[in-house]
Amino acid sequence: MDDSKVDQIINKHQGDVSSLIQVLLEIQKENHWLPKEVLEKVSKKLKVPLSRAQHVATFYKAFSLVPKGRHEIHICMGTACHVRGSPRVLDAVQDLLGIRPGETDSELKFSLETVNCLGCCALGPVMEVDGKYHGKMAPAKAGEVLRKYD
Amino acid sequence: MPRINSPAELEELRKGILSKRDQNKPCITLCSGTACNASGSGEIAASIQEEIKKQGLSAEVDFRRTGCHGFCERGPIIVIHPEEICYLQIQPKDVPEIISLTMKEKKVIERLLYTDPNTNAKIIHESEIPFYKNQERLVLGSNGRIDPKSIDDYLALGGYSALAKVLSQMTSEQVLEEVKKSNLRGRGGGGFPAGRKWEECRNAPGEIKYVVVNADEGDPGAYMNRAELEGNPHMVLEGLTIGAYAIGSHEGYIYVRQEYPLAVENVGIAIKQAEEYGFLGENILGSGFDFTIKVHQGAGAFVSGESSALMTAIEGRVGEPRPKYIHTAIKGIWDRPTNLNNVETWAFVPQIINKGVDWFTSIGTAGSKGTKVFSLVGKVNNTGLVEVPMGTTLRKIIFDIGGGIPAGKKFKAVQTGGPSGGCIPEAHLDMKVDFDELTKAGSMMGSGGMIVMDEDTCMVDVARYFLDFLSDESCGKCVPCREGIRQMLKILSNISKGKGRDGDIELLEGLSEVTRDASLCALGKSAPNPVLSTIRYFRPEYEAHIREKRCPAYFCKELISYYIDPKKCQACMICLRQCPGGVIAGGKNQIHVIDQEKCTKCGTCFEVCPPRFGAVKKISGEPVPSPVPEEARIIVRESKEK
Amino acid sequence: MSEILLQIDGREVKAKEGKTILEAAQSVGILIPTLCHHEKLEPYGACRICTVEAETRGRTNLVAACCYPIEENLVVRTRSEKVDKIRKMLLELMLAHAPEAGALQDLAQEYGASKAHFEKEPSFCILCGLCVRYCTEVKKKNAIGFVDRGARREVIFIPEIALKECPSCRECFPLCPTCVLQAKFVLTQALVPTLATKEKGKAESVTISDNGEDSSS
Repeated sequence: MDDSKVDQIINKHQGDVSSLIQVLLEIQKENHWLPKEVLEKVSKKLKVPLSRAQHVATFYKAFSLVPKGRHEIHICMGTACHVRGSPRVLDAVQDLLGIRPGETDSELKFSLETVNCLGCCALGPVMEVDGKYHGKMAPAKAGEVLRKYD
Repeated sequence: MPRINSPAELEELRKGILSKRDQNKPCITLCSGTACNASGSGEIAASIQEEIKKQGLSAEVDFRRTGCHGFCERGPIIVIHPEEICYLQIQPKDVPEIISLTMKEKKVIERLLYTDPNTNAKIIHESEIPFYKNQERLVLGSNGRIDPKSIDDYLALGGYSALAKVLSQMTSEQVLEEVKKSNLRGRGGGGFPAGRKWEECRNAPGEIKYVVVNADEGDPGAYMNRAELEGNPHMVLEGLTIGAYAIGSHEGYIYVRQEYPLAVENVGIAIKQAEEYGFLGENILGSGFDFTIKVHQGAGAFVSGESSALMTAIEGRVGEPRPKYIHTAIKGIWDRPTNLNNVETWAFVPQIINKGVDWFTSIGTAGSKGTKVFSLVGKVNNTGLVEVPMGTTLRKIIFDIGGGIPAGKKFKAVQTGGPSGGCIPEAHLDMKVDFDELTKAGSMMGSGGMIVMDEDTCMVDVARYFLDFLSDESCGKCVPCREGIRQMLKILSNISKGKGRDGDIELLEGLSEVTRDASLCALGKSAPNPVLSTIRYFRPEYEAHIREKRCPAYFCKELISYYIDPKKCQACMICLRQCPGGVIAGGKNQIHVIDQEKCTKCGTCFEVCPPRFGAVKKISGEPVPSPVPEEARIIVRESKEK
Repeated sequence: MSEILLQIDGREVKAKEGKTILEAAQSVGILIPTLCHHEKLEPYGACRICTVEAETRGRTNLVAACCYPIEENLVVRTRSEKVDKIRKMLLELMLAHAPEAGALQDLAQEYGASKAHFEKEPSFCILCGLCVRYCTEVKKKNAIGFVDRGARREVIFIPEIALKECPSCRECFPLCPTCVLQAKFVLTQALVPTLATKEKGKAESVTISDNGEDSSS
């Protein structure tokens, strides 16, 4: 990721040590993952030990330390979606893409993650792809939706 | 926007805004909360704007995109003012008709109206729809009339008048007394009296104090705060500012989970607008009181919604809970006095100031005042956000407002309080819901999630699901939570896979006791609740899993088999063709038979078998009948000629 | 700072305001078991083995003695049926990960904890955090840290820093209750030999001799 972009993001938060999580969130949003060099740079600039930056980057689900695919899939596993059958949707997507939550396929096309409640329970089961929410998912329907992405 | 320097100027501004608005001017409001956006309200909005222009109504008809209306099952929703005509489940193709028939010709489109499931009557007005009629929407009520990106909409409804009153007519002690007298209890889960917390923070030593809005709403299935913050952010800002004044704080934080991008966006816009008008910043409304607010986003950790963990996250560290032997009201962010409350708690404050303590305490029960917003989700017909006075029965919420269980299934339990709560069975449906009643029944109010479960829900799986959730979300710092949950999850997984053993229930109870008693924070301490409450009310289900290897709800994959009844099968080939594994044998006139060895229990055949045949059934706890011999599988159809 | 009068196991104890139950107990020779506590480090409250009964204002709570600040008229019981039950199970939960750890074995005998109670999942680490906290708070080098959360939480060395700082320090090694720390360091070294070479121009390594002490080459 562009060095100057990282600097820009850090400066926006006035280099404040308490902004570590906010800075990393912005970098994650721009870059879709946190390369080691970027973590090192952020920890240096914010004067935060690398061990803390590393713990933050691995503790929170929003961050990825490995490159993600072009399309990020989040399948909601909240209670309401669970009761309406989201485990079967997850099974179907796993079978279709050949990857499990936390993984990215070898062509770097799709990354799969589970998320614990997106707050759209009336639409459950919900699958979100690149910020777009797809509701009332079922095993076959999920496949249809994903086939439209390239 | 002009800077408002006094309560008098605020009223001038308000008068100005209202004078430019005509109450009777036709206005189309479209719900644009996250869920309705996901169902296409973006497209519908574009369509509406286009049609209004096309049909030459730009001067006569207003259009407003609002926050969540609450009746989420039937979104996207349109409400047309001033008549209050409510259209449900709108699609873009409905828009031209709505504009020409309803807006131009004042005719109601029947097919878009709500139909009463019992009488088949069509209901035109939003407030008469049973879902809304039985609610008392103090907090959510304004959502339908406000575009969350417009501060003027909030001002038009009387917004910031409470803040003006507080800053010009009340001392900070008086404000604190009001909130104490109101008996407002925290809406985030703990139900702790807000006034008492505010007082402790106010009296704590230290010049610098912080106030925090907890919008980390992590309970799966609960999305009240999302609708509140997305739909009416100024209500929360006003409440927070009043609280800051009462406590003596000049810096506020709003911690929003990053899974709510629209809430983050709308609250950011609201803060900027409030700053421009001078409702935030220095010398607010000429009172000499300064207050600023920063927004912090979460990064995907349920445990960081715990108050001490949240404060640690605001400091830029990993959001792990700290021991709370010294209250965070005394030592919170950077060890300074910090008052944290849930979004909904703050949202009540302006109304309590404006309408008074007597009004607020007249609603609810003796121990729990006011209303509560519940997210009613799961196996229920009218999924959505329900706001009712404390003391309303579960039966009323689930059946009168929620419309009961879909597909004629039987109610089994309602889960409240998220992963810290428990399941409440049918026997308690007439419970008057409030903080203390729910706790007595072995559950808790929590943030307000209410997940309805029916006869197809396996209660052992529910306990396993919550422990699975908690094992992923535990910070892992302390032994009883990290290891206790790990072991309980193992036992429950084994039970649901048919590997349960005698003594497992006692082992679960023993682990529950230690996890509850020794854990560092509330996540660990309450982790056993889903397990203990399901054992308390549904012990026979556990015993069936363990002793008979049977799942009474026919849910647990390893304990069920799918079987096609040869007497009912009509060899229609539907299940045969749709079976993903191709494990069903049969043909056009040959009864279908599932190869039990290869069946993956996906349930497709069960779903697709035509209801008039109903030939696929689930078996659990008993052996699957041997397949009928091949020769006997031929169906002889009666010839059509006689 | 005023003096506070409290009761521990029936004995009257005077201690300064701001002290914890553990400190007050230690001052009069009352032993409360600990695993994650160290006098040079901030109290952590992770192992919970120091859980005691604390009665105040008519209510009895189970609290971590290492963190709980003493109050006037506090009545503390360091042993009871409840407390012992908790300690026994905590030990059994930890023994599943480090069945042979000396520090655990001693306590296990006292509380009747069995290492066979839970299925073994030997990670050899009980996540007491002594190593991480010592490096952060005392040495201020931050060569070792936590990653991830929940059951996946782990302690790892940061190779670039560790290979530079640890060989000449190693002060955290004797703190490890399960002795897995040395093994982790050696593993870290082995996994990034090129880094070790790069750092000093020659490979520098730490070897653990039979008696548990290490000797640099």
